[in-house]
Amino acid sequence: MNRSFVTIAEHSREKIEYLIRMAEEFERHPNRLLLQGRVVATLFFEPSTRTRLSFETAANRLGARVIGFADPKVTSGTKGETLKDTIMMVSNYADIIVMRHYLEGAARYASEIAPVPIVNAGDGANQHPSQTMLDLYTIYQTQGTLDHLNIYLVGDLKYGRTVHSLLMAMRHFNPTFHFIAPDELAMPQTYKDYCLQHGIRYVEHQDFDADVISGADILYMTRVQRERFTDLMEYEHVKDRYLLKLDMLSKARPNMRILHPLPRVNEIEYSIDDDPHAYYFQQARNGLFTREAIICDALGITLQQVQNDSSIIQ
Amino acid sequence: MSGGCAVGIICMKREQLIVSALDHGTVIDHIPCDRLFEVINLLHLEQMTSKVTIGFNLKSNKMGTKSIIKIADRFFTDEELNQLSVVAPNVSLSIIRDYEVVEKREVCLPDELRGIILCNNPKCISNNEPMRTLFHVTNKQQGIVRCHYCNHEQHIKEVKLV
Repeated sequence: MNRSFVTIAEHSREKIEYLIRMAEEFERHPNRLLLQGRVVATLFFEPSTRTRLSFETAANRLGARVIGFADPKVTSGTKGETLKDTIMMVSNYADIIVMRHYLEGAARYASEIAPVPIVNAGDGANQHPSQTMLDLYTIYQTQGTLDHLNIYLVGDLKYGRTVHSLLMAMRHFNPTFHFIAPDELAMPQTYKDYCLQHGIRYVEHQDFDADVISGADILYMTRVQRERFTDLMEYEHVKDRYLLKLDMLSKARPNMRILHPLPRVNEIEYSIDDDPHAYYFQQARNGLFTREAIICDALGITLQQVQNDSSIIQ
Repeated sequence: MSGGCAVGIICMKREQLIVSALDHGTVIDHIPCDRLFEVINLLHLEQMTSKVTIGFNLKSNKMGTKSIIKIADRFFTDEELNQLSVVAPNVSLSIIRDYEVVEKREVCLPDELRGIILCNNPKCISNNEPMRTLFHVTNKQQGIVRCHYCNHEQHIKEVKLV
């Protein structure tokens, strides 16, 4: 059985809940020797320091040893080696491969040819399932459930793959989505069709203010990037309309939490960092626990084994 | 032309079409003229050793002009014929045995297309590795396919053949 973790879209509700329960175990005890004697390879064909550090920390805190590369310039790919050859070669050394690639579908292909499990740490504009998993974990952690939530997606809904993956993964949980974006970065029709096909309710808002935010359980902010605009006048016109300011939280529900995949530039005012609604740094921290769960699950370690683990380092 | 291969091209010199009757084999009719050579390539007719008759720019009441291919002593598998649907979705097929049409078939898109078409996303891994492509047909009526690797949905009319 191929235990690779390539996309979140094909995971069932049960599987998502299973991984959340496993991540909870790792949050309770992140340091263990569960993977002692194992080798985890992290192959970053495209640099992503944040994601790589998160995966490597997860492997290290479970006692595995880590090999790999952080910069594609040092690999044989630059000499013309195929992805297949690189993957087959590294499979000889490692028990699992965590890979980031600039080409879409690279992780899927690798998972079909590799004798060891593949974990997708992002493949171009396609998928970034460990980010989605940590988003789901954070939503569950802050709301106590994934069911029947009002999730507000703000900013770049056109190119932001995290919001697309989150939308698809939430289909099991009867959410209501709210889309708040400039016209040039609006949610693509294909994802609205996806909502219709899967019975997901969605509402589109023109305004972004205290009244709109008052209905949110989760406020998921993303960055509106200047380079996404073909019309820079349009960018200048809209850029400040999607900034979150402290006074906009005046009517927010007590349970509402602000998430952001980071890095943030200015879309969340810095004064919000100390507000109880702010949760993006804890969200990033959850990446460690969910990635510990993802690596263990891909290696065939069960929730029960994690629960009965006697290798915990106190 | 090589050894045993006999390919006849029939053009419309007169209003009447003369194509020799087939005793055993397959007739593919109503091929759009601009797709004829793609169909020939797809079915690898250049490798055939039995008699192949190709009609090009023939008159058709339904289509204006059409092309037709008659292939002697060769019966295609469902999979092979379904591949045809990629380049010519509305062709009609007749299976001939002893000069009789024993079966007429419509061609339809299969559930999967393996190694037949290319993804139109330049950043897809399948366009950057020596590998076989794979597509899932998500809407047979509208001809929508989804790349197994990059997940891009595309219309069958917009993709290139391998």
